[in-house]
Amino acid sequence: MEIVIIGAGVVGLATGWRAAAAGAAVTLVDPDPGGGASSVAAGMLTPVSEVTYGEEPLLRLGLASRDRYGAFVAELEELTGLETAYRTDGILQVAFDSDDLTYLDDLRRFQESLGIAAEALTGRECRKAEPMLAPGVRGGLLAPEDGSIDPRRLTAALLTAAEKAGARLVRRRAAGVAVENDAAAGVRLDDGTVVRADRVLLAAGPWSGDLAGLPPGAVPPVRPVKGQVMRLRTRVPFLTRATRGLVKGSSVYLVPRADGEIVLGATQEELGFDTRVTAGGLWELLRDARELLPGITELEFAEVSAGLRPGSPDNAPVMGPSALPGLFVGTGHFRNGVLLTPVSADILSAMLLDGPVPDVAGHFSPDRFSAEVHSR
Amino acid sequence: MDDDRLVIAGEELGSRLIMGTGGAPSMQVLREALTASGTELTTVAMRRVDPSARGSVLDVLNECGIRVLPNTAGCFTAGEAVLTAKLAREALGTNWVKLEVIADEHTLLPDPIELVEAAEQLVADGFAVLPYTNDDPVLARRLEQAGCVAVMPLGSPIGSGLGIRNPHNIELIVERAGVPVILDAGIGTASDAALAMELGCDAVLLATAVTRAQHPARMAAAMRHAVDGGRLARLAGRIPKRRYAQASSPFEGLATS
Repeated sequence: MEIVIIGAGVVGLATGWRAAAAGAAVTLVDPDPGGGASSVAAGMLTPVSEVTYGEEPLLRLGLASRDRYGAFVAELEELTGLETAYRTDGILQVAFDSDDLTYLDDLRRFQESLGIAAEALTGRECRKAEPMLAPGVRGGLLAPEDGSIDPRRLTAALLTAAEKAGARLVRRRAAGVAVENDAAAGVRLDDGTVVRADRVLLAAGPWSGDLAGLPPGAVPPVRPVKGQVMRLRTRVPFLTRATRGLVKGSSVYLVPRADGEIVLGATQEELGFDTRVTAGGLWELLRDARELLPGITELEFAEVSAGLRPGSPDNAPVMGPSALPGLFVGTGHFRNGVLLTPVSADILSAMLLDGPVPDVAGHFSPDRFSAEVHSR
Repeated sequence: MDDDRLVIAGEELGSRLIMGTGGAPSMQVLREALTASGTELTTVAMRRVDPSARGSVLDVLNECGIRVLPNTAGCFTAGEAVLTAKLAREALGTNWVKLEVIADEHTLLPDPIELVEAAEQLVADGFAVLPYTNDDPVLARRLEQAGCVAVMPLGSPIGSGLGIRNPHNIELIVERAGVPVILDAGIGTASDAALAMELGCDAVLLATAVTRAQHPARMAAAMRHAVDGGRLARLAGRIPKRRYAQASSPFEGLATS
């Protein structure tokens, strides 16, 4: 089986690794592997703290992926000898004022109704766990089984693993899908050459909707959702675990790594393919982070970046065969790409190789959107 | 109800519920909520969208056949608001604008002085201006005199869900207004929207009460019915309040029948 994967972000790379390891001849096409949202993302692994009313299927997919993460990372690190900074020391969510605490209380009741054990903390208990938190913090929620990973290290390890398993990497831009006899026959590169394949996986994140050669029904409904992220450095202990804050209704997170890096994110902006870093975006991040952790102004500034998340209409990934025979879609992971990488690789590689697809994949087929159009 | 149409700047609207889009958890949920609301006019923050981007909230409105009312949310000065309105007119091809000039981030209350200044500039430039204003009858009248095509007093601060905190002021605004009065901001649940219409408002504008509800589409349907119900009650004319009971069926003659 010859497979070509458009897009070497975390989802494309992990699927390519799995498919190649299972014996397929895999080609990954990407001008800059891991250079999209995967290089900007903070890498929080938290299906629990981000659960939203009406998005319960996404929660189940996230939990299924979180359950796979330990073995996934162990296998990856063993194979490549590379570290990924994977941590499972929980995620703390804190409320800055009483309105924020009301929101967290509501979230805790919702989590409990879904059978998720959430641990409610008083403000003092939050500060005992993270002494740098502002004294006024009103209370919090601990998701003890959530964690984090460094997406840049994860990407590097996945690229190595995919190549070790025999996958070939073509560092070019995909210009379109080559279609023969009303079926996908490969990928046309920007220099005009065609990489032929039995099956094509479209995993190009927000760019998945802009590829030439697709019949209208096969175009995945994804759009770019911009996120600005700041990276800071500390030499002294500052924050022990990934922490999300609700600050006067606005949301901010900080993800610390063992090497002293702290990732501060993220804005959420609907501005098309715009990756400009703006004064206002950075100000909002620093404003909320400083309310939450006053000492943050002492940290060293390292980097700012803006990435584009692939957003689907219902915020959930789009995974499965498309309306064009031979073309499969694996995109729309939105804010959850890093979390959903292990389960997405299992689902997509099984689909590409006609293997047994995990049951949890059922809700995420690309045809769920066209069905809704017909029923209106 | 069919002959009871809302008319703003000479244009008829079949629904008296105007929606906002902020706070929706996903485009899908927003689409379902807008459809359930029956709205024909929906406001979008111009600082939060790129009109040329595919799959944006503007695409959703377009596909649902809903007219876009661009707004100047996020502006703190008349200068920013005027500039944002002009960019919106250029990008969307509409001269309607919901004018929002905010005094501070914590309360998101309108800055009345900047608001009047921006309204005068935009009216002079040919805009149909719908200003988001305090529940101040004097300010509402000044905005109308400045040439605004509607006035949109708040019930309570944006996103607070505190309902209508000063119904008396809303009544005073309605009594004196020669343009449509649209209750904008503070709606928490259906009864708040019904109350706004019973007080005589011509329409209700809301977003958070629907977009952040547990079931947005269901709450949108509730708001649609509440606005219709409140409007009908206003047109029907409520009974005077009494201190003591008054039997709805007469007691006379019962003993002999």
